[in-house]
Amino acid sequence: MPRLPRLTRARVVIGVLVLALLAAGGVALAATGGGARASVVRTEERRIEVRGGPGVAAPVSLDTTLYLPAATPAPAVLVAHGFGGSKASVDTDARALAARGFVVLAWSARGFGASTGQIALDSPDYEVADAEQLVDWLGRRPEVVQDGPGDPRVGITGGSYGGAISLLLAGYDRRVDALAPVITWNDLGQALFPNTAAARPPPLDTPAHGVFGPDGVFKRGWAGIFFSAGTGTGVVGAGSAGPDTAATPAPTTGDASTPITCGRFTAQVCQAYTEAATTGRLSPATAELLARSSPASVTDRITAPTLLVQGEQDTLFGLDQADANARQIAAAGGTVAMDWYPGGHDGGAPDQTVRDDVGTWFDHYLAGRGAVLSSGFSYAVQSGVRTRSSTPTGRTVVAGSYPGLPGAPELRTDRVTLSGPPQLVVNPAGGNPAAVTSLPGTGGALGGLGGSLAAFTAELPGQSAQFAGGPLDAQVVVAGTPRVEITVARVPGQPAAEDAVLFGKVYEAAPDGRRTLLGSAVAPMRVAVPADGTPARVTVTLHGVVAPVQAGHRLIVSISTTDQGYAPAAAPAVWRIALVDGTGLAVPVVPGRAVTATTVPLGAVLGILAVLLLALTLWLVARVLRRRAPAGAAGDATIPLQITGLAKTYQGGFSAVKDVSFTVRPRTVLGLLGPNGAGKTTVLRMLTGLIIPTAGAIRAFGEPVGPGAPVLARIGAFIENPGFLPHLSGAANLRLYWAATGRPAAEAHVEQALEIAGLGDSIHRRVGTYSQGMRQRLAIAQAMLGLPELLVLDEPTNGLDPPQIHAMRDVLRRYAADGRTVLVSSHLLAEVEQTCTHVVVMHHGKVVADGTVDDIIAGGGAATFTVDAPDRAAEVLASLDGVHAVDVDGAAVHAELNGTPRASAVQALVTAGIGVQSAGPRRRLEDAFLALVGEDTAP
Amino acid sequence: MSPTDYRPDRTLPVRVELVRQLTRRRTQVAFALVVLLPVLLWTAFALAAGGPPTGSPNLVDLAKDSAPNFAVFALFASAGFLLVVVVALFFGDAVASEASWSSLRYLLAAPIPRARLLRQKSIVAALLSLAALLLLPVAALVVGSLAYGTGDLVSPTGESLGFATAVGRVLLGALYVAVHLSWVAGLGVLLSVSTDAPLGAVGGAVLASIVSQILDQITALEDLRDYLPTHYANAWAALLAQQVDWGDMTRGVFSAVVYAAVFGALAVWRFGRKDITS
Repeated sequence: MPRLPRLTRARVVIGVLVLALLAAGGVALAATGGGARASVVRTEERRIEVRGGPGVAAPVSLDTTLYLPAATPAPAVLVAHGFGGSKASVDTDARALAARGFVVLAWSARGFGASTGQIALDSPDYEVADAEQLVDWLGRRPEVVQDGPGDPRVGITGGSYGGAISLLLAGYDRRVDALAPVITWNDLGQALFPNTAAARPPPLDTPAHGVFGPDGVFKRGWAGIFFSAGTGTGVVGAGSAGPDTAATPAPTTGDASTPITCGRFTAQVCQAYTEAATTGRLSPATAELLARSSPASVTDRITAPTLLVQGEQDTLFGLDQADANARQIAAAGGTVAMDWYPGGHDGGAPDQTVRDDVGTWFDHYLAGRGAVLSSGFSYAVQSGVRTRSSTPTGRTVVAGSYPGLPGAPELRTDRVTLSGPPQLVVNPAGGNPAAVTSLPGTGGALGGLGGSLAAFTAELPGQSAQFAGGPLDAQVVVAGTPRVEITVARVPGQPAAEDAVLFGKVYEAAPDGRRTLLGSAVAPMRVAVPADGTPARVTVTLHGVVAPVQAGHRLIVSISTTDQGYAPAAAPAVWRIALVDGTGLAVPVVPGRAVTATTVPLGAVLGILAVLLLALTLWLVARVLRRRAPAGAAGDATIPLQITGLAKTYQGGFSAVKDVSFTVRPRTVLGLLGPNGAGKTTVLRMLTGLIIPTAGAIRAFGEPVGPGAPVLARIGAFIENPGFLPHLSGAANLRLYWAATGRPAAEAHVEQALEIAGLGDSIHRRVGTYSQGMRQRLAIAQAMLGLPELLVLDEPTNGLDPPQIHAMRDVLRRYAADGRTVLVSSHLLAEVEQTCTHVVVMHHGKVVADGTVDDIIAGGGAATFTVDAPDRAAEVLASLDGVHAVDVDGAAVHAELNGTPRASAVQALVTAGIGVQSAGPRRRLEDAFLALVGEDTAP
Repeated sequence: MSPTDYRPDRTLPVRVELVRQLTRRRTQVAFALVVLLPVLLWTAFALAAGGPPTGSPNLVDLAKDSAPNFAVFALFASAGFLLVVVVALFFGDAVASEASWSSLRYLLAAPIPRARLLRQKSIVAALLSLAALLLLPVAALVVGSLAYGTGDLVSPTGESLGFATAVGRVLLGALYVAVHLSWVAGLGVLLSVSTDAPLGAVGGAVLASIVSQILDQITALEDLRDYLPTHYANAWAALLAQQVDWGDMTRGVFSAVVYAAVFGALAVWRFGRKDITS
């Protein structure tokens, strides 16, 4: 087998290439997958004393953690926590920033966590002063990069309460170099007492420009939660803050100076809340207090680059608050970028994209590395469709800049025509029952349900006026606060208060009637309605949202009288609500492009090409190796089969065939005889290329035989048992088998084969219905297709009837007589004797006898005599002229007569007085075979 | 005796192997199932209709909007398991079934060179798989057009695509699924040449897919999940946007061809040196 070593080499090559491929794939995947960020961040916990502030004599002790990056000095970032949280709740964010290479200082604000002091709501006198002293402290640290004496390079970020302190600190302290406030307020008074309607509205310049009217409606649901968080009974969503084990301790009894209901709030804040909660109105004193805690008071002084992050699911601090911050900072010349993410106080904490943006912001503006944030404005569009987790349900859209800011393009608005007659709405006494639109404070727990909550909110009958637009021609993505103009009038003879408290909403209505409240939020308004019955005309800025409204869906504006989240108007009232003709709904639209990595990952593309190239190379190499494999030294082309030294040892060490050699000459029928398990079938499988020999060589017609050797086309084989497609008929099986050999149909001689099979009409039945004998005959017919020069049949008579066996013998003899050659294996001696011209006897994988049947059976001159005196007979025979090899075997005496007629030998024995019972040719084959079988049957 | 007109590169023509496979019941059942699935879905939707709309829309609600949405849903519903089974069936069964019928030895002794047998069988299995994978969205589009009209596609990300564009994207999605499932095909062939039991080969490939999908659910594995063959199985969802993000799909194709090439090479190597004892 000269081909074997070559094939083996090819396989080694393939193996090596496969390994190389695996390695290349792994490396490329690792390159595209992004490696783990392993960075050492050290932390130092310490308490920092700060001044108590006006009216507080004792210093306040702040609980802080300093996160140090691997390399210092580095720019610093202050990370502030949300309301009700502590420094522990920002640990993840702090570590991430420290891993980015910043010195990070997190602290628990006064009144929270383990810090002392009382909560003053980000008051400039207290919390802002604290933060300034922390900047002072950073200015003395050697680990922090210093811009000047006592002026550290510092940024500040934080969510909600921490976002407001970021803005306020940047307004009060010029040392702040960059900031990224998250989901926070611009005007706390407006956030807690919103009024979204005004007779003279602000210009429609930025996407979420809210009215921010005076004397708003008390947002009692959120205010209560906000306040209770400070008394130790709750935690406000607060962006990155999770539930916090180190939260505010519960108030302890015994301190007579402050009531327990005030918790850790300052008396001033406590009093303001109590007043608001009981009256539902904003008093001038409270307004003054909240204004001092509002970034609006300092935004015109902020010059540090500001990244404003606001949530799209936020009924506490809506998009209008961030819009106001952006407008005011940009108007004063500051640098502003805006991120709207799908979360907020009603949703979840910022996702990785936002965190990365914040990191990029500080990288660029604090550390001076990396590019500036690629987009001035990005917003997330959530479809609200519920899918399995692996399928994205939203996308991020980026616009170059926030529309309406200096230098940015003008805002685009779409106008949706609304229609509907003037309608009467009723405010029930006490404002009860009230509509439910959101559940303040459930935060991330209900995050994913934000949309679904809106679906079960229904308008209460009689409490709302609704104005519907027509089906949209194309999809509209609302991005900001839609505006609508309405009139509100008294109804003669019906009760009415001084002013109307109303709530504006926008629904998306699907053709099947399903309604979704955009943003799950309402826009509360307090409209002064003239007593003389003339209508008050106002513009309402509805809640800021990002919402895709599908083509064919309609937008419906609803003006209703109650909402559970707000302080109700107690007096019963009836109002007539009407649209202002020809105005409709103004919908802000911000064109942009979806953030998609439109750049295809290069690594993966190269990987694909590499794999394909490698596969092509392998194929070509295999092809070339196959082409170059020599046909081997040509042997004698007239010898149908020559087997030399053939051996097969299976995996596990079982040797089925050992050193088998024999030759099949043309025009012979050779019988391969042996008991079951002698190795006959293994030999046949090797000579049809199914099994690869361990040693030795097989040549057919002078050519080497191996798997797929072309010379196999000249050999027809039936091995062990038939193999057909059971769902096809016998005829179809034969036809398709021949077609599979790729040889011309004319060469098949199907008729002759079918004649041999003798299946009659059954040939058109499914093979699955055949009996064992029918399949056997069909298989022999298949082996004879194309009348191969060498026919190899393995136990062909198994399962055949005696007449069929007889017919089969004739077929085989005739086949050989036609000039072809047949190799038949059998375990039956009679079979071989009657069919074959030559025989090879195998046992235990070895050839034990080989020759013509006549030779072996008739044994030439060998004879066997059964006598009554074997020993004497042997002497007599040995004395005869020419007789040799005399051998006594029990009562039988074997002798090589060597030309001496058997009759003469018998006569000599009889003359010698020996009784001869029988005399005949010596049946050596039978002896040998019986001996083998006997051996087998013995234990 | 004249030398026989035998050419190795003419053995087992694709046409012949196609006939051998197409006449099989399992092939016909697989195709029937793929065509019937949209009809089944439509029937289920029709039966489930009624009652007030609840909650925010899900994929089923979207599916009833238009033909492309229906096709997208059908593809989503079947990509994770049904199509995996179909591909595993066509490839895993290819050689193992011949072994189980004992017909493999006669094909090899014909002789069909082993690598060629594997190649021709893989080509036919690939053709059948591709046909089934494209037949599903086409059938879904036809059923969807009749049932829900030829409206716009509204993607899960809330974007809207015109009918013609959407049809192209859906078919492209099916094509991605087909390319991505090449890893199942490779594994199927490898198992097919390794066992004489077709069920073992098909089941093994499906099992591997399920295990990979389960591991993919374990978020704690983080980046390691990128190496799972099924990790990018749903990356074609990116096609349902106006601007297509080719990133994950490219990675998915890369991951699939790496797996397919490794499994395929192992299959060729193994089959080439295997003793056929079936």
